[in-house]
Formats: sequence, C-alpha cells, structure tokens
Amino acid sequence: MRRVNKDQKVRISLTLNGRKMSAETEPRMLLSDFLRHSLGATGTHVGCEHGVCGCCTVQIDGTAVRSCLTLAMQAEDRAVTTVESLAGPGGTLNKLQQAFRNHHALQCGFCTPGILMSFTDFLARNPKPTEEELRDVLGGHICRCTGYAGIMAALKEAAGLTNTNEPTGAKS
Amino acid sequence: MKPRPFDYVRPDTADEAVALLAEHGDEARVLAGGQSLMAMMNLRLADPGMLIDISRIEGLEGIRDLGEKIEVGAAVTQNKLLAWPDLSKKLPLLAAALPFVGHFQTRNKGTVCGSVAHADPSSEISLSLATLQGEVVLRSKQRGERVLAAKDFQLDMLTTAREADELIVAVRFPVHAGRGVAFREVARRQGDFAMVAVAAFIEDKGHLRLGIGGMAGTPVVQRMAIGGMTDAIETIASGLEGYEDLHASAELRRDILRNLAPLVIAEAQKCAA
Repeated sequence: MRRVNKDQKVRISLTLNGRKMSAETEPRMLLSDFLRHSLGATGTHVGCEHGVCGCCTVQIDGTAVRSCLTLAMQAEDRAVTTVESLAGPGGTLNKLQQAFRNHHALQCGFCTPGILMSFTDFLARNPKPTEEELRDVLGGHICRCTGYAGIMAALKEAAGLTNTNEPTGAKS
Repeated sequence: MKPRPFDYVRPDTADEAVALLAEHGDEARVLAGGQSLMAMMNLRLADPGMLIDISRIEGLEGIRDLGEKIEVGAAVTQNKLLAWPDLSKKLPLLAAALPFVGHFQTRNKGTVCGSVAHADPSSEISLSLATLQGEVVLRSKQRGERVLAAKDFQLDMLTTAREADELIVAVRFPVHAGRGVAFREVARRQGDFAMVAVAAFIEDKGHLRLGIGGMAGTPVVQRMAIGGMTDAIETIASGLEGYEDLHASAELRRDILRNLAPLVIAEAQKCAA
C-alpha cells in the first residue's frame, strides 16, 4: 500500500517520453503541473483545469487522458507520453504533425498538443476511422482561433481519408 | 496545483480499501478514474481529507459474465466496457449509451462505477442501470457485502445510499440480448451533460420501460403500455418539475422530452422487430 500524508513531500518517478524522471512534490500535485513545473516539459498546455478544453491531454501507457484530472501520484511508475515525443530527430514532423501544417490546422497552437496526443492514441487503435468518428473525438477539444475546418482536414489526411495534402482554403 | 491538501493512499487490495474506509470513511473519498471527483476538487467543490485510489486494485478491474448479469468491477473504465467484445450482443443498451458519456479522452479514465457513485442526474450510465433494473454491489469491513437495486441506490442528485464506510465494488447489468433498446440525448454540445436523456427498453409485445435522465434528482423509469404511450409521455413530461439551469429551462426540458421520447421508443421498437 502506497501512502503519503498531506504534509509530506513525495518523490514521484515516472517515464516521460522514454526517459526515467522524478521530482519531489506534494500528493495533491496534478500531473499537468507536475510535467510543466516539476519536470520542465512545457509542451503540454493547461487551459480550463477541469477536463473540458482538452489542451492538457497526454498519454499514460499509450492511453489519452486529461492530465489536469489526473494526480501525478496516479502516473507514478507509469509511462507518460507528451507532445514532445512526436517529432523525429532534428525536429522532423511526424505524419500527423505534418498534416496539421499542411492544412493550417493551428494558429496560436495552444490547443494543438492535446489534439495531437488524443489522435495519436485514437488513430493507433482505430487506423481506419470514419469522418464521424474523427469529429466525435475532436469534440473533446476546444479550439478558439482556427475553427475546426482546418483541423478536420488535417485529421482526414492523417487518417488516410483524403489523398491530397493541398492546404485547406488556399484555393480562390 | 488546485485541490486543497489531502492524504493520498493507494491500497493494493479491496480489503485494504474497505479497511481504510472503515477508519476514515467520513472524510475520505474514493478515487477511481477521477473524471468527476478531480474536477470538483480542482474547483474546490469537493474537499476530502483523504483520497483512496482504487484504480490499481487488480480484483476490481474485471468484466465478469455471470450468465444472467454482467458484473463490471469498480476500476473498469467506460472505454474498457465500450470495447468489451460481447457488449452489443449482451448489453445493447450500454452499447448505445456509452458513446454519449463525456468524451473519448475522459472515457479512457472515467469508470463505470464512478459514474454511478457520483450520481449526476444526467449520467447516462446511471440511467442505463436504472432502466435495466441493475444492481450496485457495496462492501464494508464490518458488514461485508450487500446488493442494492439501482432504484434504491441513487436517492437524489449526487446523493446515494452508500454508507461512508462502504466501497462500491461492482455494478451488475442484466443481460438483455436481442431486446429492443435505444438511447438518445440532447445536449448543447457533443459530450456535454445531457439536458434530457432518454432510454427505451421493450419488455414484451405490449409493454416498454422508458428511462429519463436530466429531469429529476434521479433517473425516472416508468413501465408503460405501448398502445398508451403518447398519454403516458405527456403525463410524465407535465408531472416532472425539471431543472432550471444555464443550459435549459424546465419548460424546454419538458418539450425536449415530449419530442425525444417517441423517437427513442420508435427506434427501440424497430430494433426489436
């Protein structure tokens, strides 16, 4: 049985993007803040902090979850994957990231890390989704600047529903 | 870091968990997926002195086929049940209702039992459990196990018959293979809390069960004759007080029910045929 009292400090260890990491914190520390403030991994963004906006979505053991509704203690000894893991060596964008770039699927980029981590999980489990399924999963994220047309175009390309990588809205 | 400080305990077995509840039940909250509890703690609407994290207890992770019932353990996530291969055959109402629960990302962590324990009036899982006349299995250190019918478990909004020292170890859904069922809800945005949710379950040629969520403190389940359902729906709609909130007036909720219920019933009848 693992037990930490409220006035105790606790050292939490986990694997972040393949690297073992640990930091000392309090039991009430949220995973989102643990990643950003304790481990310095600021790719994960924090928006509403009660599970609605989806910015903070990361993967624990490959499953997309809200890091703001997860205690760091709950990720103890687990494998956490964040947006920092996606690009290849030298910053080469992966297929999903490149699709976002092709379709101008981000503007300020605040919501993007969460969307990428959701769909990295979803597309791994559902390699041949329908457009409706993509929309359903995107429903778990809020974007306040590009609107969703570009994001849907990028997702459809990444999921192989469209062949073209022509930018959305670029035609006159 | 938004919640107030609390003691964090992660027991390895259900026995350890109920022993903790026996000692700290009044100030402790059970943490499974945390998709309602952590949000409430972040908003400081919940302020437990201790969190008992049951999410890694192996004995609570199973979906068990008991023949006439399917038992879902307390650590089973909503998406795990949704991905259970026999779901659409044995629990078609759950197969229809679960996609409405939160979002893909919250279903990955939110548990079936946690939703029942939270007892939100618009919970799709509580509504399905009530409509199917399922059960909740509770365990305490002193009194052992007891089983409550869904209608005796949820007493009001966010209020259940669970005693402070009890752990919900599982819920049981009656198998209803081949029955006509349907589920739909109306929400402001996809994935939001339902303003009104409706479940229909065809009992036999002449009767059906209509389950309604979001209109009262608990799910409302009524048996009605298929012939007289238009009047029955009107009686329920005008009889329910309904909620007034940011999302909808009580009058709008009643109107949604009047319009939604016949559609869901027709869908269930079609599915039975």
